[in-house]
Amino acid sequence: MKEIVVISGKGGTGKTSISSSFAYLEAKNAVVCDCDVDAANMHLLLDADFSHREDFFSGEVAVIDEEKCTNCGDCFDVCRFDAITKMDNFHKVNPIDCEGCWYCSRVCKHEAITMKTQKAGDLFISNIKNGGIMAHAKLGFAAENSGKLVAHVKKTGRSIAVKENKKYVITDGSPGIGCPVISSLSGANLVVLVTEATISGLHDLERVYKLVKTFKTPAVCIINKYDLNIEMANKIEKFLNNENVKVIAKLNYDETFTKAMSEAKTIIEYNSNSDVAQKIKSAWEKIKNIVKNTDK
Amino acid sequence: MTITIASGKGGTGKTTVSSNLTYYLSELGKNVVLADLDVEEPNSSLFIKAEKISTKIANTMKPTWVEDNCKLCGKCADVCNFNAILALPKGILTFPELCHSCYACSELCPTDSLPMKPSRIGEITEYKTKFPFIEGRLDLGQEMAVPLIKQTIEYVNEKYPSYLKLWDAPPGTSCPVIEASKDSDFVILITESTPFGLNDLTLAVETMKVLNKKFGVIINRYGIGDNKVEEYCKKENIPIITKIKNDKEVAKLYSKGELIYPKIEHFKNSLEDIVKFIEGLK
Repeated sequence: MKEIVVISGKGGTGKTSISSSFAYLEAKNAVVCDCDVDAANMHLLLDADFSHREDFFSGEVAVIDEEKCTNCGDCFDVCRFDAITKMDNFHKVNPIDCEGCWYCSRVCKHEAITMKTQKAGDLFISNIKNGGIMAHAKLGFAAENSGKLVAHVKKTGRSIAVKENKKYVITDGSPGIGCPVISSLSGANLVVLVTEATISGLHDLERVYKLVKTFKTPAVCIINKYDLNIEMANKIEKFLNNENVKVIAKLNYDETFTKAMSEAKTIIEYNSNSDVAQKIKSAWEKIKNIVKNTDK
Repeated sequence: MTITIASGKGGTGKTTVSSNLTYYLSELGKNVVLADLDVEEPNSSLFIKAEKISTKIANTMKPTWVEDNCKLCGKCADVCNFNAILALPKGILTFPELCHSCYACSELCPTDSLPMKPSRIGEITEYKTKFPFIEGRLDLGQEMAVPLIKQTIEYVNEKYPSYLKLWDAPPGTSCPVIEASKDSDFVILITESTPFGLNDLTLAVETMKVLNKKFGVIINRYGIGDNKVEEYCKKENIPIITKIKNDKEVAKLYSKGELIYPKIEHFKNSLEDIVKFIEGLK
């Protein structure tokens, strides 16, 4: 089993449209993981049926029993997250600020504080277009621990892939460089970087690639909106060249991305003969060839 | 007054709008300050031609083991709820990247063997142009953006208390965007009229409702996709502040890091809508 993770650093580069196209092309041999749990979108293009749902619990919040609370203020004094407010006759916890560290509950002499496990989101396993399977999630509103939910989605996807003897795990990764993307990257055989020919596309690519390097995972790149700014596209290619990262597709600025999305289709289904669809197909073939020779 | 410019989906134009809007407001003679709180991928500085005037190292406090009086009782590891401390028979190991800086291990240690010491997580840089611009930038390999977002906000609030403050927020709906929104007076959500835009907007709206925030929507790249975002806003009674037309010329200027409104009239008109809307909030 080979795991391919598609990431972008910057949002809006076409990452999900591209990873969904890979998922559509390889559906029968792959398990798809949508690890962009903050703003999951793959289900919209892949017609996920949400056939299996389970609660995802993560993190805890302190709850103060008003009856037992003597208003001594010990909890208030130790909380570093400004999560405790003094009311008239008792103290109260603001769950959004509470980090779940337990410090207040440990110092409370009156056993007035208990820690309650929180539901952080939902995990789904869905049947998708072309006979594929997808693991995906929805983070609870204003919930934390998206990194842990990402790890849970990946773990679920991998175990399905092992059980069903699938050849690939195709993962749509999270944006940024923090905990969710770090969780997305762990254990990958190949990273596909999707960038765009803009000044911020280059900036974010440089930053996220430094992170990828620390994982020592091989990487390839797709440059989207290539003709928007040829000078910038050249700078991106130069950077990738220096880093020995192969460019596997150059896609022009193309409203097909949006048009296909508006019909809830992947780029391949929308028009399989279009230039952008052809290039994505060829990129996927290249990816399969590259991962053949990777370890694990 | 503090306004957060956020979006569920990335790449919808937060940075384009916030940087152009700040320039425009400063030209109108307003005291305005912009902070880039997208600390994982800060991009505003690519669009703001400004002089760097100061850089401050941002730290969080982490426990450091001091062997001297330690009796290796293991209480520190017992009280840490984040698996950031391992008590071994011959010493204490700390894992700073897992630490949430709650101080429990340090303060509950009977022998004061885990003093909290500053540990670098990133930088807060101030730039000066027609307006002050402050950027938070997380160091690579740091997992937690929230403490840096918090410190960047505190920096601006202390230094520019009476200014109109604009926050360029991180994308998504989880902890970083919550930190960048929870103390603001108003949140502007930028979206695009596509299925992804709508899906992520509804998530952002639900998050803002949980936080009890007032918010309005800007529809960017208006004219592509469908009109479901507009229908959704009408149904939910969410004000649409402006619609920015889909225009490849805007994308081209953006790709070079240039300001949009001096060259594109319809974009300037949209900024005018936003300014009027903000004035109506006061």
